[in-house]
Amino acid sequence: MSVTTSPSSGRSRPTRATDGAEVGRRLREGDVSAAPATLNILESRATGDRDRAVALLHEVSPQALGHEPRGHIIGVTGPPGAGKSTLLAALVRQLRDNGYGVDLAGNASQPTRSQAVIAVDPSSRRSGGALLGDRVRIQLEQPDPNVFIRSSAAGDRHGGLARGTRTAAEALAAAFEVVILETVGVGQGETEVADVADTVVVVVQPGGGDVLQFLKSGIMEIPDILVVTKADIGPLATRTARELRAALRVLGAGHDSHDAPPSVVAVSSLQPPAGVDDLVAALGARWQALNADGGRALKARRLQTRRAGALTDFTVEHGEHGLRALGGRREVERFLAAQAPELGVAELVAKLDARMPGERSDNVLQ
Amino acid sequence: MSSDGAPRLPARDRPWVMRTYAGHTTAKASNELYRRNLAKGQTGLSVAFDLPTQTGYDPDHELSRGEVGKVGVSISHRGDMAALMADIPLGEMNTSMTINATAAWLLALYIVTAESQGVNQDQLQGTTQNDIIKEFLARGTYAFPPGPSMRLTADTIAYTVEHVPKWNPINICSYHLQEAGATPVQEIAYSMSNAIAVLDAVRDRLASLPDGGGESAMGQVFGRVSFFVNAGLRFIEEHAKLRAMGILWEELGRERYGVTDERLLRFRYGVQVNSLGLTEVQPENNVQRIVLEALAVTLGRNARARAIQLPAWNEALGLPRPWDQQWSLRIQQVLAYETDVLDYPDIFEGSKVMDGLVAQLLDGARAEMAVVSEHGGAVAAVPYMKSGLVESNRERLRRIESGTQIVVGQNHFAETEASPLTADADGGILVVDPELEAQQIEAVQAWRADRDEAAVKQALGQLARVAADENSQENLMVPTIAAARAGATTGEWAATLRDVFGSYRGPTGVSDAAATGPAAAGPTANGEVIPGDGASADALAAELEQLREQVASLTERLGRRPKMLVGKPGLDGHSNGAEQIAVAARDCGLDVVYEGIRLTPSQIAATALQEGVHVIGLSILSGSHRELIPLVMDALRDVGVSAPVVVGGIIPERDVELLKRAGVAAVYTPKDFDITRVMREVVGLVADTIGDGPVANGNGHAHPSAVTTSPLSA
Ligand code: B12
Ligand SMILES: Nc1nc2c(ncn2[C@@H]2O[C@H](COP(=O)(O)OP(=O)(O)OP(=O)(O)O)[C@@H](O)[C@H]2O)c(=O)[nH]1
Ligand SMILES: [Mg+2]
Repeated sequence: MSVTTSPSSGRSRPTRATDGAEVGRRLREGDVSAAPATLNILESRATGDRDRAVALLHEVSPQALGHEPRGHIIGVTGPPGAGKSTLLAALVRQLRDNGYGVDLAGNASQPTRSQAVIAVDPSSRRSGGALLGDRVRIQLEQPDPNVFIRSSAAGDRHGGLARGTRTAAEALAAAFEVVILETVGVGQGETEVADVADTVVVVVQPGGGDVLQFLKSGIMEIPDILVVTKADIGPLATRTARELRAALRVLGAGHDSHDAPPSVVAVSSLQPPAGVDDLVAALGARWQALNADGGRALKARRLQTRRAGALTDFTVEHGEHGLRALGGRREVERFLAAQAPELGVAELVAKLDARMPGERSDNVLQ
Repeated sequence: MSSDGAPRLPARDRPWVMRTYAGHTTAKASNELYRRNLAKGQTGLSVAFDLPTQTGYDPDHELSRGEVGKVGVSISHRGDMAALMADIPLGEMNTSMTINATAAWLLALYIVTAESQGVNQDQLQGTTQNDIIKEFLARGTYAFPPGPSMRLTADTIAYTVEHVPKWNPINICSYHLQEAGATPVQEIAYSMSNAIAVLDAVRDRLASLPDGGGESAMGQVFGRVSFFVNAGLRFIEEHAKLRAMGILWEELGRERYGVTDERLLRFRYGVQVNSLGLTEVQPENNVQRIVLEALAVTLGRNARARAIQLPAWNEALGLPRPWDQQWSLRIQQVLAYETDVLDYPDIFEGSKVMDGLVAQLLDGARAEMAVVSEHGGAVAAVPYMKSGLVESNRERLRRIESGTQIVVGQNHFAETEASPLTADADGGILVVDPELEAQQIEAVQAWRADRDEAAVKQALGQLARVAADENSQENLMVPTIAAARAGATTGEWAATLRDVFGSYRGPTGVSDAAATGPAAAGPTANGEVIPGDGASADALAAELEQLREQVASLTERLGRRPKMLVGKPGLDGHSNGAEQIAVAARDCGLDVVYEGIRLTPSQIAATALQEGVHVIGLSILSGSHRELIPLVMDALRDVGVSAPVVVGGIIPERDVELLKRAGVAAVYTPKDFDITRVMREVVGLVADTIGDGPVANGNGHAHPSAVTTSPLSA
């Protein structure tokens, strides 16, 4: 037991390492008010917080939950200034008021009760600090306790996910119906989002030639949904959407073989928004597809993301040297593939850690 | 002395219109103030409205809390306007109203009030500021998104040109741009680009009418557009700026809008001189500054102001009292009636220096206008221009902090005797009675209870219908005037339009501000560096480096980077301080969340909680800190956030205690211009919360010493 900063505020207050488990339990029970504390713990590198993080994640692993976390994790990515944050504002409102539009049975769907948005800001960290500006665009007129918005600075790797962001998205999915991750990137950034998201949405602005080129040349993985923003500016937006559709027809389906071909949606996020309902419908359809058939596709996808996430986390921590110590990347991947499917990322990483020669294994959760 | 040397005018010029920007509390109290000012020789009215009126809320709206009747007069309906103008003959008066988002509404109330005095609208003279783009950029009292706002602007212009021909329906403002940090080039370029956006919108509006608005409509419109500019202390360059604006304006009229009539091409402007440079320390020095700034807009006849209003010596302390404003009016009168400025033709004609300066400014401005145009014009370029202003202001503040730009009494020559000016019990400022808000709330509720409700509903319904049709042939002024006549209130008019148009949050401009490297040892802005007590640019850079290290070690101990929320509660639109603190905090290594202006206490508290911040900085300059800060503290407590809170802005010394009792850790005011020290103290507060003693920084004190008693306001 140690005395450190309380996870829920900046003030000093004695806390116990079990706080992490408590926060995790609250998430498991669907308590969305545990979100700030979750992020405070998962973003922190302090020793005490690392222990709390492990305890927290243990509580929300598929093993502990008895099922996959229920929330739809949506990664929204695209070039700087493409209109991601403005789009999110409209998207969050639309989901909150009307849900996905239609539910599995084709009835008008329920409004989405709870949403978490993690906006990863690309700001340069030249001075170390970052100005986190996305929140301004996403915010609702009135604070809504069921809509959680957190801004975080990008990690040291350019455009990469900030430390803890991926794990946080997974943890929040235990309590929130929708978890959205906003990151900047094209050609690179979306792969990292793909490591965590159930659905990858790539946002392009009219004339966004880069994205088209990246798609054609295979630099960029094919997203689940492509959004062309700023449709209000007219012909250029229409043309961009048309070109993207044509390109995708040539390229074929999405990266999961069972996926439907990606939808291309044109939106204007300025008031009054247009096309956001199409995006919501596409998200709804995607979510239905993932959950069809007892959630087979979702399970497969999550399994893949958890293993990829564990590999990333382990590599960030121990570097290539760590991978070599365990017999190389392929060997690690094989090891991960052999683990029980319901283990969470934290458990998987702990298992890898435990195999590191000379490493203390006090993080292992068996 | 020979008498054939300097040419004189055959007759002395008539002086410019002299105004005092005034208004506070109730319509009745402001009316008395206006009549007193007119009796003192003031020749026009300049009405200051309170922030709820400017942003379209009634006194009983949640967002109006603490702001009713504070920085201007509260006007909710035609009854208020009638009281404001009681016994002032509107057929003769020239009234300037600083009103923008709700300009159409206040003009409607004015027209209806004139009617009740038996004066037809075609007799009315005056100005509605009505410049919405600069509200997005610098002033913050916007209400609707850009598109519909421009439509309202175009409609008021089209309406007045036809029905209120002596009215200046819009004042394109460069004043506020300079107050938000603009350089002379930015001031010219952004305001001219703004004018283009407005004129284009009116042109389109006229073109959509069956008769195209009539033969020479565009010329008439062009001729009715006037400017509201700023004049800073570098008064020679500032004068050149005004000459440059005159040239650009004429060019624009001829080339873009095909105006040929000389009279319609004239660049007409009113002015308020620079207030951003007026100091809290040794406030008596502000008088010299104001006088010199006034020279910029009066010396050269070819670019002389049509109307002037001057700030007061106590600008940075708080609201001016009638005596303070009288002093500023007397400055104008001395200049106009005792000096010989009005005796001569233009004294700069043929001056190489002046022509050179003008040419330089024109080059710079044209280049910058081209950039704005590439961005798609002024409306689309708002984020670009906003970032430009924040960046210029940052550079200005760094020059002052490092001492390369001298501010007498502040970063040089700081020794002072105690000032008798601030020794009074009121601390040398006007204090508005806090009881007033409750009275205004009662009054507006009584008004609503006492009117023909059906007529109001019907009028607002009609307004909504016209507003909802983007391509409506009907001018929005028509249903607006009908609603004013029916007795609708400011809040109802604006709420009707918000429902149709949606709401909007302006860009903050901070994200794109370049990170500070070592302080640039740039050119001195006002002459050579002279020995004094200002820190050098190098020393400042070293200090910043040290602070960054301190933050890095704090990051280690916290486990994540210290995160700061910079919040602006209430309707206050003064964003400069918050922006600069946000950028400075980022520059010293903090993660910073800044969401812009006009937030409710509960919004601020929710953000603080969700973002998991370690410290909260509130910035408030509108004078409503006594009400709003305790509300924010309560809201934070309610959501369980216990991070330390600091407050900055225009906070009179005697209110500091009240804020501290509400739980505020430290208070900063304009005298704390050394932002690096301020940031060091803020970082120190975060370090204190983890209780392991001060972070390794060699800077022993654990508690900020920001609040020291100034001999000036003791
Ligand atoms: C510039 C200015 C404006 C600009 C604002 C531009 C902008 N985007 O910010 C413009 C021209 C738009 C403007 C408009 C108005 N203004 Co004005 N304005 C000023 C002025 C001249 C300077 C303020 C400023 O920007 N200073 C520079 C910045 C960097 O300094 P600062 O904010 O004080 O911040 C420093 C410290 O206070 C501190 N600090 C501030 N915040 C924070 C936060 C934290 C966390 C920390 C640690 C420190 C800190 O650190 C900073 C660095 O030293 C002041 C008078 C003066 N000289 O101070 C009047 C003043 C604030 N304005 C005033 C008024 C009344 C208005 C209007 C309401 C008038 C009206 N009736 O319409 C309007 C409406 C504005 C609105 N929407 O709310 C009054 C307020 C009266 C009162 N408090 O009782 C003042 C005091 C002038 C006066 N004497 O009448 N204004
Ligand atoms: N015309 C138009 N402009 C838009 C639209 N959506 C966003 N914008 C504008 O585009 C700019 C960038 O929008 P953001 O939402 O901040 O874009 P972003 O992709 O989140 O940007 P970063 O987070 O900085 O990468 C802003 O000026 C928006 O006002 C739209 O639908 N139409
Ligand atoms: Mg964004």
